[in-house]
Amino acid sequence: MPYNPALVAPMREEMTDMGARELTTVPDVDAALGDQKGTMLVFVNSVCGCAAGNARPALRLALQHGVKPQQVVTVFAGQDVDATARARQYFSDYQPSSPSVALLRDGEVVHFVHRHQIEGRPPQAIAADLTAAFDRHFGVTV
Amino acid sequence: MTGRIFHPDRHELHGITVVLETHGPRTYVGRFDSQDDQGVHMHDVGVYDASADGATKAEFLQRCGKFGIRPEHRDLLVPSTDVARIERLVDALR
Repeated sequence: MPYNPALVAPMREEMTDMGARELTTVPDVDAALGDQKGTMLVFVNSVCGCAAGNARPALRLALQHGVKPQQVVTVFAGQDVDATARARQYFSDYQPSSPSVALLRDGEVVHFVHRHQIEGRPPQAIAADLTAAFDRHFGVTV
Repeated sequence: MTGRIFHPDRHELHGITVVLETHGPRTYVGRFDSQDDQGVHMHDVGVYDASADGATKAEFLQRCGKFGIRPEHRDLLVPSTDVARIERLVDALR
C-alpha cells in the first residue's frame, strides 16, 4: 500500500533536484525506455533507509562525475506501482529489488546495481562503483 | 563496512542480504530481519539445495550476485538448530 504522498514527496524531490526525471505512469516509462537511445540511468527509488541514507546520496555524488549518463530517470517502487513494474520489464533479466540502479545504452542493460550492493555501504563507495561503471560503459571509445 | 550498524536499534544484519548456511544441504540467500530464540527470520529468500542436481553453490551465489535473488519464500524462519553460518552476500562473493 503506497505511503501518504506528502511523506514521500521529499524522496521524489531529492531525485528531481539532482536532475532525474520521474516516470510515474506506464506511458511515461514506455516513452522513456521503449526506444531508448544513448545512455541512461534508471533508478528504482524506495522509501527504505538504504535509499535515503545510501543510494540517493550516492547518486548525487556519482552524477557529479565527468562521465555520466545522458539521461537519468526514476521510478518509485511501492508508490508508482504500475510504472515500476513496467520499468522492470525493460530489465527483466534482473530480479526486482529496491533501491536499485540500471545503466542502459541503446536499450541494453550494461550494468545493474542490486539492493544488496547498496545496503549498509557508504554513499562514497557506491558512488565510486557507479562512476567506474560510467567510465566503463559510457566513456568515449578512442 | 565492518562495524557500521545499518539500523542502530536493530540487529547488525537487519535489512542486509545474507547467505545463511545450514547443517543440511540447503543454503538460504535473502534479507535478514532478526534473530531470536526460535531462529533467524528472513525475507524474500532464495534457496540452494546441494542435494539437487544443477549448479554448484558457488555458481548459485554468483548468479544471485549478478542477477539478484529469485525469492522462493517471502518470509522464512530458519530454526536456530539448523543455522551453521551467516555471512553477508557481498562478502561471500569476494
